Amino acid sequence: MSMHAFIFGELSWSVFPHNAINWGGVLFMFACTAALLAALTYYRRWGWLWREWLTSLDPKRIGVMYLAVALVMLVRGGVDALLMRAQQAASTGASQGILSANHFQQIFSAHGSIMIFFVAMGLMFGLINIALPLLLGSRDVAFPFLNSLSFWLFVAGAALVNCSLFLGDFSAAGWLSYPPLSELAYSPTVGVDYWIWALQIGGIGSLLSGVNFLTTIVKLRARGMRWMQMPMFAWCTMGSMSLVVFAFPILTVTLALLWLDRTLGMHFFTAGGGGNMMMYVNLIWAWGHPEVYILILPAFGVFSEVVAVFSGKKLAGYTSMVLSIWAIVFFSWLVWLHHFFTMGAGADVNAFFGIMTMIIAIPTGVKIFNWLFTMYRGRIRLVTPMLWFMGFVVLFTLGGVTGVVLAEPPADYQLHNSLFLVAHFHTMIVSGVLFGYFAGLTYWFPKISGFRLDESLGRKAFWCWLAGFILAFGPLYVLGLMGATRRLDHYPAGLGWQPLFALAGAGAALIALGFAFQVAQLLRSIRDRELLRAGGDPWEGRTLEWSVPSPAPSYSFAQLPVVSARDEFWARKQGVAVEPAALPAGLIELPRNSALGLAAGAAALAAGFGAVWHIWWLAALGLAGGCAVILLRAFDEDTETVLPAAALPPLPL
Amino acid sequence: MNERRSRDSVTVFGFFTYLMTDFVLFAALFAVYAVMRSGTFGGPEPWQIFDARFALAETLILLASSFTAGLALLAARRNSQLGTLAALGATFLAGGAFIALEVSEFARLAGAGAGPSRSAFLSAFFTLVGTHGLHVALGLLWLLALGIALARRGLTEGNLRKLALFSLFWHFLDIVWIFIFTIVYLLGIV
Repeated sequence: MSMHAFIFGELSWSVFPHNAINWGGVLFMFACTAALLAALTYYRRWGWLWREWLTSLDPKRIGVMYLAVALVMLVRGGVDALLMRAQQAASTGASQGILSANHFQQIFSAHGSIMIFFVAMGLMFGLINIALPLLLGSRDVAFPFLNSLSFWLFVAGAALVNCSLFLGDFSAAGWLSYPPLSELAYSPTVGVDYWIWALQIGGIGSLLSGVNFLTTIVKLRARGMRWMQMPMFAWCTMGSMSLVVFAFPILTVTLALLWLDRTLGMHFFTAGGGGNMMMYVNLIWAWGHPEVYILILPAFGVFSEVVAVFSGKKLAGYTSMVLSIWAIVFFSWLVWLHHFFTMGAGADVNAFFGIMTMIIAIPTGVKIFNWLFTMYRGRIRLVTPMLWFMGFVVLFTLGGVTGVVLAEPPADYQLHNSLFLVAHFHTMIVSGVLFGYFAGLTYWFPKISGFRLDESLGRKAFWCWLAGFILAFGPLYVLGLMGATRRLDHYPAGLGWQPLFALAGAGAALIALGFAFQVAQLLRSIRDRELLRAGGDPWEGRTLEWSVPSPAPSYSFAQLPVVSARDEFWARKQGVAVEPAALPAGLIELPRNSALGLAAGAAALAAGFGAVWHIWWLAALGLAGGCAVILLRAFDEDTETVLPAAALPPLPL
Repeated sequence: MNERRSRDSVTVFGFFTYLMTDFVLFAALFAVYAVMRSGTFGGPEPWQIFDARFALAETLILLASSFTAGLALLAARRNSQLGTLAALGATFLAGGAFIALEVSEFARLAGAGAGPSRSAFLSAFFTLVGTHGLHVALGLLWLLALGIALARRGLTEGNLRKLALFSLFWHFLDIVWIFIFTIVYLLGIV
């Protein structure tokens, strides 16, 4: 091994991008970063950023940071989507469009990976961090430092994806990198390694979060809060986190095995050497199917809170809601094979998984009816969170019906790998997951900032998203039925598909406009924050987070609440539940800030980068750094700071 | 007092949940091994490369280390710092011996042309057994840090909690090894 190879691994001058679009992305990214750094310096905010945010162990702060990273990644994934739509609208007949075939493949691979791992997961963990402890009447999560560690691993994964924009390339093997295409023989560049390590590092963060939130729900509920008094968001999160705990280790193993194949020449999924590539597909979907429920369940939780509050009624069918969550958790393990009916497992196996897939639609339907019954005869306020819900109900039901179509193996043989499938899962994930988290963001925004989001721009954003979504994905259903397969970078002009692709492109542009309205909404709301100032309870809320001031203080509750009813705060306001027999004031213990989570994230980034480029000394250094951080933290016995309750400022309610 | 006990129960619950995730990780590796076992691709078969007595020696050593880990916990309950440290030292030695045996087995196989890239079966074997070995090695690192903390600060509340968690982890690795011994070695030889 030469000195150069030892120090730089496979890095060389040729790794920089070779096309204008990549350079545009890189320059945009650097320009934004430079502007941010300049602003922080100019306004002398470095100390503030460090103390109040980067080293904070307050779950509300960590939640906001998750949301910020997720929204940045949403821009990245959204630009990828616009590029794909532009390519497919233009690239027919003699025109080759704006992207090369390989670049197009990298873009759809990056789009899927980013949207699932760094947008949807980020929004989910962000909202859970902000809302869950408050809803449970707890000051914190079970393991505050672990929470920070999870967040910084998530950031390290996201950073690794973005590295691939200007150093080397990203995977061109699809968002789940099926072998044998993703094996070294067919993907010889570092692209797949970037994919593996970004997901591996982010995934370990998610796994640790799963352990953390599950423990929080089981162990840290307010005194008196019995299981069947838990807010529905907590139930949904509990279902989701149980799935995280059991599904993510499978992802860890799968990614590790693919890496061993590529790096040490092993034969798990190779075409030769006795490998079995269908085992990869089974493993990845044994994680992947639960994953979609991991993402959607907390969104269901958001809707359950939102619909009850803005209908002025208690949630209808609480018990059936809880049962349906656990039915979904259970059945989500029995449907993974519907992602590859065409593997040829035989009619009996396919029939089993087809039937299971139809069955899992039932508990989801139960939820839809519960939300509708909650609205029935309610005093409905059509504010933005409720609009997102209404858009969700319509689109999600339609998307669910197309899912039941796909669940029939004979139909799936025709439709698999087509744009019909692409349209189906985007309907579920955009209307279910994304709309759900947008609703949650609007709903809980006052609790973390102290002011509401501007309503009129929020409405404009919603209508653009809704109309844009229908315009972008309606044509894809039709194209799929016409035989258009997914991941096409070019198609013959004689097929007559171009007008539909152009329409889909216009829809994507409308969605981009909707996002621009959301950015404008955030900026205007910050500017007009005095006008939008929210008290502790701006929505006539039902659950405990609305019983504390907005923004919620670092200690959340001056006195830990004692719970005696299902919608405890509502019951107190109605005089049904008594104001809590307060716990003795005592001292408030809060975790001290720690920079070790940030350090662990940096170490993970270094280790991942070293593994991608075969810079083994860097990988080893990163691993050693990670171990050192964990040991340092584990044997630090002075991790808490104490706030005397008497020193608290009076609470304006 | 009540506060502390409830915090201990939070930690133990969280650690158990983590152990469950590790169980799923090993379950996936076992499933992979079961699928790959027939994928020898003209290379060595399981019965040609496994040595039952060697694996039995590894098993007995690891079981002994679990026993001494239990003794460490008992000594800590008796408030004997010296006894705890001695039992942990024995655990460390046994764990180190186990790792040494495993490394020598891996080296023997790789030297005989039966390395992990020879066939799918060997890839799965090295990965499953190696992942367990990696856990044991990390456990040794933990043990070392725990020993230093115990020697410096004595049987503090925090150290007692860490000792209890370590012992859970160590027993867990023992259970996984029993499965490896049975499924990989014994079923590989018969």
